[in-house]
Amino acid sequence: MHSSKEKLLEIKDLKKHFKLDRKNILKAVDGVSFDIYKGETFGLVGESGCGKSTAGRTIMRLYEATEGEVDFYGENVHGKKRKKELKKFNQDMQMIFQDPYASLNPRMTVKDIIAEGLDIHKLAHSRKERMDKVNELLETVGLNSEHGNRYPHEFSGGQRQRIGIARALAVDPKFIVADEPISALDVSIQAQVVNLLKRLQKEHGLTYLFIAHDLSMVKHISDRVGVMYLGKMAEIAPSDDLYAEPLHPYTQALLSAIPISNPEVERSRERIIVEGDVPSPVSPPSGCRFRTRCPFAMESCAKVEPEWQEHTEGHWVACHLYNDKYNQEYKQKQAN
Amino acid sequence: MSKILEVKDLSIAFETYGGEVQAVRGVEFDLHEQETLAIVGESGSGKSVTAQSLMRLTPMPPGKFTSGSIMFNGENLVDKSDKQMEEIRGRDISMIFQDPMTSLNPTMTVGKQIAEGLIKHQNMSKKAAHNRGVELLKLVGIPNPETRINQYPHQYSGGMRQRAMIAIALACDPKLLIADEPTTALDVTIQAQILDLMREIQKKTGTAIILITHDLGVVANAASRVAVMYGGKIVETGNVDEIFYQPKHPYTWGLLSSMPSLDSKEEELEAIPGSPPDLKDPPKGCPFVTRCPYAMKVCENHMPEYTDVSATQKTACWLLDERAPDVEPPQSARVEGVKTHA
Repeated sequence: MHSSKEKLLEIKDLKKHFKLDRKNILKAVDGVSFDIYKGETFGLVGESGCGKSTAGRTIMRLYEATEGEVDFYGENVHGKKRKKELKKFNQDMQMIFQDPYASLNPRMTVKDIIAEGLDIHKLAHSRKERMDKVNELLETVGLNSEHGNRYPHEFSGGQRQRIGIARALAVDPKFIVADEPISALDVSIQAQVVNLLKRLQKEHGLTYLFIAHDLSMVKHISDRVGVMYLGKMAEIAPSDDLYAEPLHPYTQALLSAIPISNPEVERSRERIIVEGDVPSPVSPPSGCRFRTRCPFAMESCAKVEPEWQEHTEGHWVACHLYNDKYNQEYKQKQAN
Repeated sequence: MSKILEVKDLSIAFETYGGEVQAVRGVEFDLHEQETLAIVGESGSGKSVTAQSLMRLTPMPPGKFTSGSIMFNGENLVDKSDKQMEEIRGRDISMIFQDPMTSLNPTMTVGKQIAEGLIKHQNMSKKAAHNRGVELLKLVGIPNPETRINQYPHQYSGGMRQRAMIAIALACDPKLLIADEPTTALDVTIQAQILDLMREIQKKTGTAIILITHDLGVVANAASRVAVMYGGKIVETGNVDEIFYQPKHPYTWGLLSSMPSLDSKEEELEAIPGSPPDLKDPPKGCPFVTRCPYAMKVCENHMPEYTDVSATQKTACWLLDERAPDVEPPQSARVEGVKTHA
């Protein structure tokens, strides 16, 4: 879908740590690196607490990065910035939030919510222009101009999410972080919003970072997918590859856990069920973070952190099973 | 297998400032031992109200039964007083809620919460209830139950809290377990664990389960029968294979086609246009008429009767009337089984 492989964002060893108290640090994002190409949708998946939302927010500078860089058009988003430069970033990067009930100010009319960005960035030069733009945006997302005078509580979840999308689009951004934009919606409405996001991407040449835990929806919308586990990236691949041939045992477990809406397939399916829960990110396991739940864990997994390596073109994985230095042990075990 | 629950013409309405909301409008279904009935539908379809009313958990007022009966064990639950219901709740029928964070008591240890029902319904001593609690935690797969039983819910992870909830619900060997979106708040790997656990427990105890969900994947995984609700009514019901492989109602088609599948990649999802009806002023005819691509004149003003598609499948749609045109379900709504279906 992205004909030119031009990098829009380069994320280099990004870390975001939260200090809990004097002793404990929660390492929500602990060194992830990936690129997002212009015009693509990059899906970010993982279980709750894996750091996917924190990653999205840190990329947008909603959080200050602890370490690492986010280069947007070759320029670091983080670090000291003048107000004017920040404003430019804010205009280029927008966000769609998960909860359409909590992310719209209940005391503002829909019109003013959508126009807030226009006002801040002085994109409308007259009242009429402001109104025209708002009406156009409302129409783009499938609402009508009459809706502009109402308040958020008068709308259903799906409609509110459309308002949130219109607000994000208002300042003509290049990059949108969508943090679980459909998780709070009903199935039939989810499809409407996903179709809308896809259409807008085509029309406006947008680039998305799509954060979700619903793997089937992520597959549908994304060109490439990254799988996170406990603050680290486990695997990145083009979405078809990832689903056809998942390499990391965690990705395999995640995929096999999705219930498929087909009773006979469900009855005959062999599941890889991972035991237990995600360990606390305050004191993650040594070496590979997935080893405590991994069915293939070996001795070296506890000692050495797996390298981030390109297994086949564009398919990256961090697992000792794919590293000849370490997988001898596993191969031997299998041979016996 | 004997029938344990029979719901007939159940209607529930809520008094609000804006008018009366008719949340459930003439719902009928029955349930046998060992069976798992999934009720699917979107928010506002009345699926949760239906489930809660079986335990009489809907606040009345503002809610009220406007018609119907709930026959459980030969008794009509609609006529029970609150006092009588207290005897049934937790002993014969129990419930697992969606959000284990808010439905466990944060000021009581998990052990005490399990023991509560045992002491009340089975006159167990505190000691015996404690021991049974350890057994139950073991049954639902919580490691170190002896230590865990004395801990508070906040010391549990999300998945473990849901396991603890299941342990509480199972304490008195209920005949009917109502699970209202039991896995919606959980991650997929934990969801798979919990669904497995529920299946195992059903095998061991034979309890009947009503599973409320909006996830068709969960339905395919766990249910033996399905009721599809829309606008306060059951529009289609049948066993799980019938609903997935030969659905007859356009709303069921819509639900099946709006799910992206893992093995195909179409550009556009088949969304159902529009939004559900306002039940303050429910439509006179079929509730799906405004969103249905096959709607006819008759649909607007007359609610279709159920047509028996098979011995187990019933569908309320005018398309099944002999005077209606033949309509084939859209390609995107076809789910192919492993065996080929005629």
